[in-house]
Order: sequence, then structure tokens, then C-alpha cells
Amino acid sequence: MAGILWIATRKGAFALRPDARRRTWKISGPQFLGHVIHHIVADPRDPKVVLMAAKTGHLGPTVFRSTDRGRTWKEAAQPPAFRKAVAGEDARSVQAVFWLTAGHASERGTWYAGTSPAGLFRSEDGGVTWQPIEGLNDNPQYRKWMGGPQDGTPDGPKLHSIIVDPRDPAHLYLGMSSGGVHESVNHGRDWRPLIKGLEVVEELDASNVAFHDPHCVRLCTLTPDRLYQQNHCGIYRLDRPSTEWVRIGRSMPKSVGDIGFPMVLHPRDADTLWVFPMDGSGVWPRTSPDGKPSVYVTRNGGKTWRRLDAGLPSGSAWYTVLRQAMTADAHEPVGLYFGTTSGEVWASTNEGSRWRCVARHLPHIYAVEAAELGR
Amino acid sequence: MKVLIPTPLRSYTQQREVEASGATLAELVTDLERRYPGIRFRMIDEQDCIRPHIRFFVNSEQVRDLTVRLSPSDEVQIVQALSGG
Repeated sequence: MAGILWIATRKGAFALRPDARRRTWKISGPQFLGHVIHHIVADPRDPKVVLMAAKTGHLGPTVFRSTDRGRTWKEAAQPPAFRKAVAGEDARSVQAVFWLTAGHASERGTWYAGTSPAGLFRSEDGGVTWQPIEGLNDNPQYRKWMGGPQDGTPDGPKLHSIIVDPRDPAHLYLGMSSGGVHESVNHGRDWRPLIKGLEVVEELDASNVAFHDPHCVRLCTLTPDRLYQQNHCGIYRLDRPSTEWVRIGRSMPKSVGDIGFPMVLHPRDADTLWVFPMDGSGVWPRTSPDGKPSVYVTRNGGKTWRRLDAGLPSGSAWYTVLRQAMTADAHEPVGLYFGTTSGEVWASTNEGSRWRCVARHLPHIYAVEAAELGR
Repeated sequence: MKVLIPTPLRSYTQQREVEASGATLAELVTDLERRYPGIRFRMIDEQDCIRPHIRFFVNSEQVRDLTVRLSPSDEVQIVQALSGG
């Protein structure tokens, strides 16, 4: 099994399979052509199992599940859905399943889903049926912070970056755009904000959780007290038990800035991570600064950064890479992959030192996830 | 009664025209769900609202309310509305 790179797009699902040296890639698909696919995630506990978050322009959101590495799919019997609203209450309906996270290694069959508008759901049967997590979805304070369908980012508010502490299945983190970063130590029954040290858009009150827009939060699997965050307002690091984020993006070149969506961590080195900067000036174009795309890496936890653009276009390339659209494999050296909203997939087999395009002309890419690559 | 199914929902029914029953549109949708599991949530959200780009026609007249009454001789057509690119 040489592994798969799953590509979720606005018009369907694709898969890239490499040869043993990751030099040539063969694309397959589309599957579910015309479906809006926000995320495809293989189960690290059983890689034959793959979950896909899908909807169409007309049809409501759902989850498809495969038990044969994506050859065949079956729809969830009970997709994520909010409970029925009572009289006088804002009625929420899931517009899209946006994020999927496999549960703890000790909880086989457990999955989490984040939705738009912001909602958190859990499945304990491998994604067949999903239940709302009331501790978050029905907490009046959180409903105020996460907003309704009219709030949040231009494509709607989102709950994302669901993280399960590898040491403790009850210890969870998540991000909401907008609505901040939150932590639970009891399987999601109670939550507390984790926003100290994070900046917000100028002149807004940083103590107001609703103003916080984490784009992507990641935890170091082998060093679970270390978290990183690509935020609407910078790149941050958090070393627990501290609850105060430290902005590590200030050491990025001023002409590039530290704004972006995705963030990828090294699978074995807690001090190494990669980001894909985007233009956060003026009206927030969120394209590669000056039309010159590059990945940046730090090898020392954010003290210094190095530009990695060999092989990428040297100009006139206005890439946008979304928060789920950049990932790493587990090889030595680590392979890195990102997909653009213009439908290109780029790969590096040497930790970003050199890049090459391995697929183009795909639809708008929402997510890129590696499965069984180097594991 | 006869129910005409649009192409996005034929992965559930495998056919363009199916039979289903119900004294109201809500009951008809429930019967469709019984026959074709999963089809209801793709058309009707968890608050029992018809999704924005789904339309129901009864005897060629658009209906927007799931409580509308039906008779066995009615013909129901489910239509996908425009939803952009």
C-alpha cells in the first residue's frame, strides 16, 4: 500500500497515488462529481475506513463512509444535524459538514465533525450516526460567540480544528471562525475559551471571544503540550500548561506577513512547522503576497523562518490555499502537499526544499489529506 | 401517488418516477424516507424547512408548506431550483 492523497474539491473527490519513491503520481476520480466535498479523512486507527463530508448545490449536507479505502461509499444513516429548535429559539440547520476528525486511538469508531454554522457532533459507530454535542451547541454563551448563519466568515461560520489529545480521549480542542479557540477536559460537556495572548482586528476588544478568528489549530502528536495556530491575526504557539499564546509570526519578513490559513506540523519534531502566507493587507486579498507563492518553515519553534519556494512559480501566481488544503506525510524526509483554489496540487518530497506540481486543472480545492503515506 | 424525482435524488430512488403515499406533503416525504433512506434530509432540514434550492410542485402548482394536504390522485414533482455555478 503506497498510500493516497485525498483531494476534496468544490466539484467532487479525487485521489492521487504515488509510486514507492513519490516521484510519479497517478490521479483517479472524480468520485461524487458535482458534489461539494469539504473534507476527506482516513481513519488512522483503521486506514481502510475513510469519511467524506459532502453536499451539493441543491441537496443538504451529509457524510459518506467507505470501508475499502474509497472504492465504495455508503451514506451516513443519520448525518450531523442540530436538534429541533423550541419555540422562540433561533432555528439552526447544518449547511455544510466542514471538518472531520477521527477520535482517540482507544475509542475505535468515534469521530468528530465540525459544521457550518458552527456545531460540534460526535459519532460512536464509525460515522454511521451522529449526535450533537450539547455542551457546545446548546451553551447559550457559546451560541452568542459562534453566531448564526449570517455571522462568521464570507462562506459562513465554521467549527474546525477539532483536536483529540493523544494522551486523553476526554481532552479536546477546537476552533471557531469566528468564535475563538476552546478546550474541554470532559469529552465536550464543558468548554473554556483559550484566547489569551491572541490579537484581534485593530480597535476591537480582544477580550471578546466573538472577535477571535482562528484559521487553523494544530497539536504536536508526539509532544502534546505544544500547540500552534494560524490565526486571522498572526501565527502563534502555546506551550501547556500555559494558557497564553505567543505570537511567533512577528519574525516573518514584514513584506510577507504572518497571515494565512493552513499550518502543517512535522510528525516527529515539535519545533518544525510550515505555513503558506497570504496577503492580509488592505481588503484582505488572501492570495500569495505579490503573486509569488512560497511556503515558510521554522525549525526552532518560530524564532526564525525560512522561505521555501524552489520550483514554485516566481511571479504572477495568485494562489489561495485553504485551511485543510495543506498536509504532510510521515516519510523521512517528510513529504509536504498543498492544493490551491485554482485546482493545482503541489508536492515536495524533501520537507519543502523543492516543489513540483503533481496535478492541475482540478476544481477549487478545499482539502488535501494524506493517508498511509509513510506510515 | 406518483412522485417525480429530480436527477440529484435518483441515487436514492434509481428511477425518475416512484410511488409514495401520504395525506400531507410531510407524510409523503416521510414515506419516501421509509422507502429510500436518507432522501428526506437532503430535501428537508432538521427544522422541517424545505431546503433553499429544493421545490415541490403538486399538480404543477408550487407548494411551500409541508402541511399541504394531498389526495391519492395528485402528482407531486420535486424540482432542483437554480443554485449558481
